[in-house]
Amino acid sequence: MTAASYSRRKTRNGIWTVLAYAATALGVVMLGIILVTLVWNGLGGLSLDVFTKNTAPPGVVGGLLNSIVGSLIMTGIGLGLGAPVGILAGTYLAEYGANSRLASVVRFINDILLSAPSIIVGLFVYELLVVPVGHFSALAGAVALAILGAPIMVRTTEDMLNLVPNTLREAASALGMPRSLVIRHVAYRAVMSGLVTGVLLAIARMTGETAPLIFTALGNSLFAADPRGPMSALPLIIYEFARSPYAEQQKLAWTGALILTFAVLFLSILARVLSASVRQK
Amino acid sequence: MSHVEAQRPARAQVGMTEKVQVRNLNFYYGQAHALKDVSLNLYKGQVTAFIGPSGCGKSTLLRVLNRMYDLYPGQRAEGEVLLDGENVLSPELDLNLLRSRVGMVFQKPTPFPMTIYDNIAFGIRLYERLPKLEMDARVEQALSRAALWNEVKDKLNASGLSLSGGQQQRLCIARTVAISPEVILFDEPASALDPISTAKIEELIDELSGDYTIAIVTHNMQQAARVSQYTAFMYLGEMVEFDETNAVFTAPRDKRTQDYVTGRFG
Repeated sequence: MTAASYSRRKTRNGIWTVLAYAATALGVVMLGIILVTLVWNGLGGLSLDVFTKNTAPPGVVGGLLNSIVGSLIMTGIGLGLGAPVGILAGTYLAEYGANSRLASVVRFINDILLSAPSIIVGLFVYELLVVPVGHFSALAGAVALAILGAPIMVRTTEDMLNLVPNTLREAASALGMPRSLVIRHVAYRAVMSGLVTGVLLAIARMTGETAPLIFTALGNSLFAADPRGPMSALPLIIYEFARSPYAEQQKLAWTGALILTFAVLFLSILARVLSASVRQK
Repeated sequence: MSHVEAQRPARAQVGMTEKVQVRNLNFYYGQAHALKDVSLNLYKGQVTAFIGPSGCGKSTLLRVLNRMYDLYPGQRAEGEVLLDGENVLSPELDLNLLRSRVGMVFQKPTPFPMTIYDNIAFGIRLYERLPKLEMDARVEQALSRAALWNEVKDKLNASGLSLSGGQQQRLCIARTVAISPEVILFDEPASALDPISTAKIEELIDELSGDYTIAIVTHNMQQAARVSQYTAFMYLGEMVEFDETNAVFTAPRDKRTQDYVTGRFG
């Protein structure tokens, strides 16, 4: 190689390296700005009232209790509906379906669902569970969240089970263990933290969604724990209060956003830590 | 049948019961014909080694004996494999029952992701419900049988994965022995281990023979000579020679066997 071409190559390498660093910095800086803005605007409103009082009309000191509880209830029910479907479907894909035609169709549909716009899912559930019943309900909201969360768990469950070496399945079968036991007691156990990771990621996605709840859970300014009626949720109240002309409601919206973001961030970091531990094994 | 009789001299039969009889076995991976008309016997309480160059079908033969190939679609066996006279290849056969009678130890140690104690107890629980004290005794018995008890008795609640490679392999042997099989299949059990661990596994196989009928696949001819009473030499899916180990190594009748055991190919 001539000296000239080597130095050209070095220059090119330098340019690309700088570009790569710049792109990374841009992403990290954006995240940093978002977090700093949230803390800046939201931390001031953080008080005990936020967790003990319900949302209130302008002029009255209120909190976010009904929204936080609503988010927990709907995410909980959504997880209860979505996790069994997601984990069992993922298990089918990895352990039984493998390369069959049905499995590739299911995989394809799941990929579409993974990237489906959440507002569409909300409208679908509106037609399915709100129109026939005649009123909005938290249950409908939870179903919409389940439809958004399940595909994530399908994907992670399949990916994780594919990490289980076949030799381990063979060893379990060689003891005369029936297939279902091999999966439940050996395969699941070998990648348990990975499966939990998938569930945590799904929870994070479900907790942060607004659009699917607009047409289903609607929102509720009062405290409500009955899933058959309308219910408030953190993303909904952020959406509502952020557009409010009153300063105290805007402040609560910032605080709600702060709580929501850090809850999701915490779940994502937890998921990362757990999945790192499964890959190391 | 006649195939086996023709290959085996009369002296090999004296006083021996056939535990497993393989007769005219053909095996296919999809279109590929991996075993061609293979016949041989595993004698009760004896160790039989399967040797031959890579891809000769020795592992395939082993995996037919407990129908391990059944886990994968597209693999099929034709012919007869008789375990105490009962055809193992019959579609009506209960696979889990078969595998409780014919255990297997793999090339790579495969402890389950659970404690050392549970690695043993788990298999036992598949077949028997035992009170805690009895289970403890069975676990100790299995670990002792695999010459592992003294090394792990103080850390039964540690993960099976925390053991060394050689200990993991003995744990797998203990796990297999714990459910009291009649036949144990070893698929290159020491090829991933250091020489000291290898020696321990060989000693163990020697101690287990007598109580169990054993088949071992090995790449290592010295190992075959050390641990087995019978040896089957396979080449390109065919059973070239099956005889007493001594005879195979000192007076092979087939030119290909002679070339292989003297290290001229393979």
